[in-house]
Amino acid sequence: MTTTSAAVPIAAEPRPTGRWRAFRERESVTGLLFVSPFIVGFILFSAIPMLASLVLSLTDFDPREPDEIHFIGLTNYQQMLSDPVLHESLGVTLRFALLVVPLTLAAALGVAMLVNSRLLAGRHVFRTLFYMPMQIPLVASTIVWIGVLHATTGWLNYALEGVGLPGPNWLQSTFWVGPALGLMGLWGIGNMMLIFLAGLQSVPTELYDAAKVDGAGPWASFRHVTLPMISPVLFYNLVIALIAAFQYFTQAYVVSNGRGDPDRATLFFNLNLYREAFGFFHMGYASALAWLLFVIVLGLTVVLFKTAGSWVFAGGER
Amino acid sequence: MTAVARPIGRPPAAAGPLHRRMRRFAVMSAVTLVAATIVSAFLMPLGYMVATAFKDPSQLTAIDAPLYPAAPEVFEYQGKELKVYDVPQPDGSIKAWALLQPHREDAIFIDPANPEAGEITWIGRPRTLTQHWGFSLKVDNFTTAWETIDFPRLFLNTFGIAGLSTLGAVLSGICVAYGFSRFRFPGRNGLFILMLATIILPFQVTLIPSYAVYLALGWVGTWWPLIIPHFFANAYNVFLLRQYFLTIPRELDEAAMIDGAGPFRILRSVIVPQAVPAIIAVTLFHFFWAWNEYFLPLVYLQGKPDLQPLAVGLARFNALYEQQPTLIQAAAIMAMALPVVLFFLAQRAFMRGVVFGGVEK
Repeated sequence: MTTTSAAVPIAAEPRPTGRWRAFRERESVTGLLFVSPFIVGFILFSAIPMLASLVLSLTDFDPREPDEIHFIGLTNYQQMLSDPVLHESLGVTLRFALLVVPLTLAAALGVAMLVNSRLLAGRHVFRTLFYMPMQIPLVASTIVWIGVLHATTGWLNYALEGVGLPGPNWLQSTFWVGPALGLMGLWGIGNMMLIFLAGLQSVPTELYDAAKVDGAGPWASFRHVTLPMISPVLFYNLVIALIAAFQYFTQAYVVSNGRGDPDRATLFFNLNLYREAFGFFHMGYASALAWLLFVIVLGLTVVLFKTAGSWVFAGGER
Repeated sequence: MTAVARPIGRPPAAAGPLHRRMRRFAVMSAVTLVAATIVSAFLMPLGYMVATAFKDPSQLTAIDAPLYPAAPEVFEYQGKELKVYDVPQPDGSIKAWALLQPHREDAIFIDPANPEAGEITWIGRPRTLTQHWGFSLKVDNFTTAWETIDFPRLFLNTFGIAGLSTLGAVLSGICVAYGFSRFRFPGRNGLFILMLATIILPFQVTLIPSYAVYLALGWVGTWWPLIIPHFFANAYNVFLLRQYFLTIPRELDEAAMIDGAGPFRILRSVIVPQAVPAIIAVTLFHFFWAWNEYFLPLVYLQGKPDLQPLAVGLARFNALYEQQPTLIQAAAIMAMALPVVLFFLAQRAFMRGVVFGGVEK
């Protein structure tokens, strides 16, 4: 296209072709120029800090005495092996992930199917209502839930008493605080629900009709049509939910006033990291913790991607 | 189109016989009712919040108090304030009567609905009676919370931080998305994948060196660490905008180019006007995110209550006034009011944008 225009006498079509060719020649430079905010940002705010945090994790850096920094080799990583608080925080985080990831995935998919159903009147209203808690600042919604879960004045225990069940002391019990945070997590299903909804809407109706002709009931058509067809979005939601569970912080901080109460039952990995870095100023050790988190999250993501081949459906367009 | 997809021999429901339409109507009502029940349970905490915010603190600990905001009723009778009680009647009904004179085994009441009828003697132990609660809204919680927590300042701070960081995120997002969607350059795909990979990078990994650098620059305790990084594009926004830019026909760019427009003119007068829905979605998305952000303001504005945003101020307030749920819930309502109102106003654009960006990622 550009080569033919060069053969045309310049006088015939002077400006457009000249402009066009000049633009083509400068395309790489212009493109890189437009993308440069990302490149500069990546170097400044991701690449260099990552390297720096790797270096810091080999030191005893304390921001109150920045000149007193010493290189201490792998001492921080050795310390991890014998740090009971870290082990507890890993346990808390893992148990929570095992509870909250399946719970929120199932709830989000269920709600998405409900608000996608043709049998539901006012679907758009329901979608908006189920999404609404996402717009409430996390600190505010956590505060609301602290009230709802209160042992004596909370509405959840009123409701449980109403049906004759004893209401636990949700946030003060080392056992119940996990399920309580899981319940709070249900308020965060909004984005997942919308992503599932988009996935459900892209399943061709012909497939359901064909399944019906083959004699499939609702469960069979869910199992053999819906699930395989939405497996890409299910996979995406799974990865994001897992990462979010390992980064869990705000709710745990607000519920326990930053202490991890009761008895360290809410001392999530991230809360522990925050306390090490900004409570005790052990920033070298906290950097090592951050790298441990990164390795765990990366490892889990890689494992998920490896298993994806066997269960994530690769349709024509992917 | 949907009619074509239906198997032959099953006419659309609306055209079917009456009983089929009736059955469909019944199923729809049942499903909608179930959905309404679920959504009520789901949003129940909001009910708790509103009810608590309008209550007098004493109502929370009172045993016989109702769930809605209420106060024990009093009745003024001949210059005296009488407490109103729920009094069981011989016929099994309950009447709200004002207690004039209690005795051990009986009491004298006045019927507030009919005080002219005079004194009524009731047989029974007045001690066993419970007070009668009447609906009553307590607005003081809001004014007290507003003053205690210094809401105007927190609002301004949140607006400042969220507004500036949104400005940076949208401007840089548009530029980078334009670069990725309209120009060919070496390493483009690699860069794009690198950008998407930053989504799984936990921010904790970069937190401490960044903190150390901001500390050295004297930026800890200012808004800069919360604003500057957003001027360098973020993966979510770029991805969503790029996907949208790709749907804009290239012929429009080329026509503008023939008219002599350079890349910046094309971006400004072709791409941006065409991509308004996606830009609105990204703007709202980022604004909500920044409005709710807690961790980084907590880290960088520690000990600077004058500069902190709403989320940090609210958490501090929650820790200080743990024993006063009425104040805390009133504060929570005020903190969520703006984002929720914005959300309802811009719902359509926002939901579309989120779905649009979500599927493809």
